[in-house]
Amino acid sequence: MANLKELSKKGKTLASGHRACAGCTFPIILRQVLAAADTPLVCGSATGCMEVTTTIFPYTSWKTPFIHSAFENAAATISGVEAAYSSLTRQGKYDKEVKFITFGGDGGTYDIGLQSLSGAMERGHNMLYVCYNNEAYMNTGIQRSSATPKGAETTTTPIGKARQGKQQYKKDLTAIMVAHNIPYVAQAAPSHWNDLITKVQKALAVDGPAFINVLMPCRLGWSFQPQYGMQMARDAVNSCYWPLYEVENGVYKINSKP
Amino acid sequence: MATKERIALTGNEATAMAMKQINPDVCAAYPITPATEIMQIFATYVADGLVNTELVTVESEHSAMSATIGACCAGARSMTATSSQGLAYMFEMLYIAAGLRLPIVMPMVNRALSAPINIHCDHGDSMGTRDAGWIQINAENVQESYDNLIMAMRIAEHPEVQLPAMVTFDGFIISHAMEPVDVISDAEVQEFIGKYKPRFSLLDIDNPITVGAIDFNDYYFEHRRAIAEPMINGVIKVTEEVSDEFAKKFGRKYGIFQEYRMDDAEVAIVVLGSAAGTAKYVIDELRQKGIKAGMIKIRLFRPFPYKQLAEALKDVKAVAVLDRSDALAGMGGPVFGEVRSALYDLPVRPITTNYVYGLGGRDITLDHIRGVYGDLLSIANEDKVPANLVTYLGVRE
Repeated sequence: MANLKELSKKGKTLASGHRACAGCTFPIILRQVLAAADTPLVCGSATGCMEVTTTIFPYTSWKTPFIHSAFENAAATISGVEAAYSSLTRQGKYDKEVKFITFGGDGGTYDIGLQSLSGAMERGHNMLYVCYNNEAYMNTGIQRSSATPKGAETTTTPIGKARQGKQQYKKDLTAIMVAHNIPYVAQAAPSHWNDLITKVQKALAVDGPAFINVLMPCRLGWSFQPQYGMQMARDAVNSCYWPLYEVENGVYKINSKP
Repeated sequence: MATKERIALTGNEATAMAMKQINPDVCAAYPITPATEIMQIFATYVADGLVNTELVTVESEHSAMSATIGACCAGARSMTATSSQGLAYMFEMLYIAAGLRLPIVMPMVNRALSAPINIHCDHGDSMGTRDAGWIQINAENVQESYDNLIMAMRIAEHPEVQLPAMVTFDGFIISHAMEPVDVISDAEVQEFIGKYKPRFSLLDIDNPITVGAIDFNDYYFEHRRAIAEPMINGVIKVTEEVSDEFAKKFGRKYGIFQEYRMDDAEVAIVVLGSAAGTAKYVIDELRQKGIKAGMIKIRLFRPFPYKQLAEALKDVKAVAVLDRSDALAGMGGPVFGEVRSALYDLPVRPITTNYVYGLGGRDITLDHIRGVYGDLLSIANEDKVPANLVTYLGVRE
């Protein structure tokens, strides 16, 4: 359970000045995730909206150590960091307690990043992967990903005379992660911050890999005014479009009952 | 003098042994012929508790380099090994490792690139990555593959370098062939390579850093110019210093290239890898007959020793560059281009021709090399640039 009073003491976990769009919801998600941690963190990210807007040299919004290397390998990269941590700790060369969280958009997670995500989860690294899911490749200007819902208009699935929108249903990545038999898998949304933060806390507490799929409303890609981000998330949950649930050691629990 | 022990090892076995002695903090492993054995053998050391290494058995070569990069950024001495398609798969990550100035050292067993798929010796893989910003050190034989790996740790990690290094040796010909190797003791390897002193670490929690930031057009050029600096000025000097120290401690002297019977050579070949060994036999034969034949075996291919090579070849009448890959630019192999560039400013240039040989593991024989020297002697006698500069040696046309 997240305590608002305790959380407010954490201050600004992500420095302002990043270049996210007005009304973008990933900074909200990020601040919630980072606030949920009680131990020092090392964070990573795939290439994407989050990474390019928060790390424009010579500035950074990240107050934790942070690594970005490429697009499809957020999981592989952080698994290397975690392996170094294991090795150095085991050899007595390092003695702090640190947790590892890496972020990827749906593009960098469902599609190009699926292989490295699967590998890292399968190997059992002690890490949390957070997918910030705006259901398309937004950073490159709204192209369909396998997370895009059927019928949605994107620049690679436009509405035209011969064809209208994305032809396929979206892939159920959360189920794929459950099938990896990792200790903790969940779906969350920033509108339900208490649920999201509690989930991050649970994920960080497990010994092994954890995955959280977070719905991230995107005002440009979804075409809504900037002030409606949280409303969009809330509506998605309440309409059962984006159910909030968690799977702890294979046991499903529904968290949202609209 | 160092403790001496001579044992029979294949290139892969010697590499795995050197890695055991280096004892890196993290290794990523993914199998590909003919490099697979390196990590296979190394895994037995891990399983027997003979090393402190955290072995990450990744699901692809791209992830192998990604995990190695992550580990290195966390202050760990990190390694991986691959060949051919595996190197090609991690192509973008090679550029990223160099761009992030990470001293990752990687044994890279030379194998042909698809298509067609071929598992045998060919230099196309390492040549294909020659612009990535990795140091490239080539071995002629198993002894060199072992020694090069140990020296590469010092070169890559040197404060004036801080670039990744690939240590290459021929697939099957060296990787799988058993040769006598003078090995160094564990303690002496540890003493030579020293403790790893990372420039930064993600695990330095009190001093958080962002690694892999985005540069717009106002910073990218400066960051890339910085990488060029050790390639222009630092690596050759450091390689020579490390080689000198290695020679003093262990008795084997290596230069950035080997000059074999070059003192008064009138005709010479320039070659990388195991074919150099074959060539030495032919050169000795020719010298017996009074023919002034010599060879330059390139060890440090990246950065390329332009000035030093020009100096070494300036008095030669005819030079043949042997390329075990094709640059597919319409005029022979990549080493040919480098050598001609190196020789361009000489007041009197050797006539320089190219032989593309051995692709996909096609054997290069003593007769082939005798033929090359025969051609060189004709060229030197006629003192004329031949109409055809590039010959594909050993192929059925």
